[in-house]
Amino acid sequence: MFARGLKRKYGDQEEGVEGFSTVPSYSLQRQSLLDMSLVKLQLCHMLVEPNLCRSVLIANTVRQIQEEMSRDGVWHGMAPQNAERAPIDRLVSTEILCRTARAADGEHPTPELEDGSLQISASELPIVSSAQGQRSPQSSLWEMDSPQENRGSFHKSLDHIFETLENKNPSSVEDLFSDVDSSYYDLDTVLTGMMSGTKPSLCSGLDGFTAATPPPSSTCKSDLTELDHVVEILVET
Amino acid sequence: MEEDIDTRKINNSFLRDHSYATEADIISTVEFNHTGELLATGDKGGRVVIFQREQEVLVEEQTPDVVLGSILRVLKFSLPSLQSKNQVHRRGEYNVYSTFQSHEPEFDYLKSLEIEEKINKIRWLPQQNAAYFLLSTNDKTVKLWKVSERDKRPEGYNLKDEEGRLRDPATITTLRVPVLRPMDLMVEATPRRVFANAHTYHINSISVNSDYETYMSADDLRINLWNFEITNQSFNIVDIKPANMEELTEVITAAEFHPHHCNTFVYSSSKGTIRLCDMRASALCDRHTKFFEEPEDPSNRSFFSEIISSISDVKFSHSGRYIMTRDYLTVKVWDLNMENRPIETYQVHDYLRSKLCSLYENDCIFDKFECVWNGSDSVIMTGSYNNFFRMFDRNTKRDVTLEASRENSKPRAILKPRKVCVGGKRRKDEISVDSLDFSKKILHTAWHPSENIIAVAATNNLYIFQDKVN
Repeated sequence: MFARGLKRKYGDQEEGVEGFSTVPSYSLQRQSLLDMSLVKLQLCHMLVEPNLCRSVLIANTVRQIQEEMSRDGVWHGMAPQNAERAPIDRLVSTEILCRTARAADGEHPTPELEDGSLQISASELPIVSSAQGQRSPQSSLWEMDSPQENRGSFHKSLDHIFETLENKNPSSVEDLFSDVDSSYYDLDTVLTGMMSGTKPSLCSGLDGFTAATPPPSSTCKSDLTELDHVVEILVET
Repeated sequence: MEEDIDTRKINNSFLRDHSYATEADIISTVEFNHTGELLATGDKGGRVVIFQREQEVLVEEQTPDVVLGSILRVLKFSLPSLQSKNQVHRRGEYNVYSTFQSHEPEFDYLKSLEIEEKINKIRWLPQQNAAYFLLSTNDKTVKLWKVSERDKRPEGYNLKDEEGRLRDPATITTLRVPVLRPMDLMVEATPRRVFANAHTYHINSISVNSDYETYMSADDLRINLWNFEITNQSFNIVDIKPANMEELTEVITAAEFHPHHCNTFVYSSSKGTIRLCDMRASALCDRHTKFFEEPEDPSNRSFFSEIISSISDVKFSHSGRYIMTRDYLTVKVWDLNMENRPIETYQVHDYLRSKLCSLYENDCIFDKFECVWNGSDSVIMTGSYNNFFRMFDRNTKRDVTLEASRENSKPRAILKPRKVCVGGKRRKDEISVDSLDFSKKILHTAWHPSENIIAVAATNNLYIFQDKVN
């Protein structure tokens, strides 16, 4: 279940490290939580209509994190040192992620949860981190005018989530609910949502979306296969 | 036909490895009827199984062992708090009365999505004649079922023979009057009304009004009012869908009518609020009459605060004076006359508070637990993980954790209270938080309307507990 024995490379340059180097900084935890939430929103079981309550709660959580990150001034543009970090360093096991900052104050870190007690899909974590890893050398992702032509196709689904979120405009979440709205197949509504931010490369944005529209289940599966493939590549480097 | 179903299900699910559960057998709702004589369960496969309590019998000895229900395992235990000292009184036990397929899986061609046949809720109507009526609903369609008994059949037709084949009129020489003869009891369920196509979103609650003429169905964004006799129309009484779906931040999670006032109902939201509405105020009850919300505790604030404040169930007390709400970690009792905070808060499994991140990752944080009152509103009950369920006595302020599991209790044995140890030294018989099985969750429980009999659904097993005191 948990990646036991995973070597955690934790850079000393990371801000906020106090005492226990095994507890990730608050900003790293927050970033991982954001990534996890985005993956959750995307990887829904598309055979049956997704649970609206769950989607709303996750989206609200994402919004909260966004707001806090904006307040902290880290929302646009990655911090310089992150761009230099190798992707594999961001593979943080869930157990580490879920340790609270209080553990650093003096208590011993929470003992690892036993296998089988919590069914964590450990595969989700590398996917999340690999997405981050891919982004860090291209920190321009967060900027509005980032060129998309050079990115691999696997970026498309994650990308259009990130793109919708990078808008300050609250319509960021519309994309996430467009599939449960009864006007899902109303292309106008859908395209309006996509185009509410300035998207320089309209074609790849639309491509990414139209790929997601008909059989949603196959899109999810192909995303997973591609992500798996990318993870394999990353882990081997 | 029931025997066929028996055989098939027993062959399928009677496996030594009890952790393997046929997914269709997972119980999704449990409900006693108004007298407690009947207990209905709905499952993920769209089936409804109704149990009936047999007449009470005074016996010298206890009949041992487990009684297997046709689809579900039904085991009898006793509540630990009360013990019989002398005479053995075999209380009426619940046996399978009727089984039927309520909903079938459907496919929404417009959205290319499946509509699950899982029964989300069952609600009984009060009995008005010899037949029983219940409402069952899946995500999109509510159905009214009539369950009736047939124990006589007519014999001696003139035009048909005993097998039902038409007789040659030329051979009929005498006439006779058909007579009713007794037959083996047959319980048949027929769908009397189908209330469809009124919900765009998933139905989470249904509630029969105290006027017994109307009922409401609530989905994530809307609540509709129906008349039992009219299936092609319903009134929309609450609509919280924003004009712009991008502004959606809150959904309806549960709704219920007041037990006595047919104009009053409440609905809960994913933001931890409860609204009480009066249908006399306006046709569309978007403006609440009362608004119940507890101010947030700033010291407990985290990114998960909103998720764990989302209310998964709301229930009026039998008296109608209180409402009880269940959120992820607590059960709260509210006085209808006080909106700014609950009058009682009970911690169900506070030891999970430090595990919220993991529970968010494995989606357990979105589990919707239900809660129930006992008949006198003095005890409340709700489920937890590891097949544990909790009871809180509102008067004595005592609480107990019990486990619904075959491995740890024998039939007719007194249940042993369980304890979760949160840190430090673990005593014998205690379970540490890290060994809890989060796949074994008790979401659905029911309490007999007047007696101390409870029904607890643990994945695909139904447990019925009775106390031994007469």
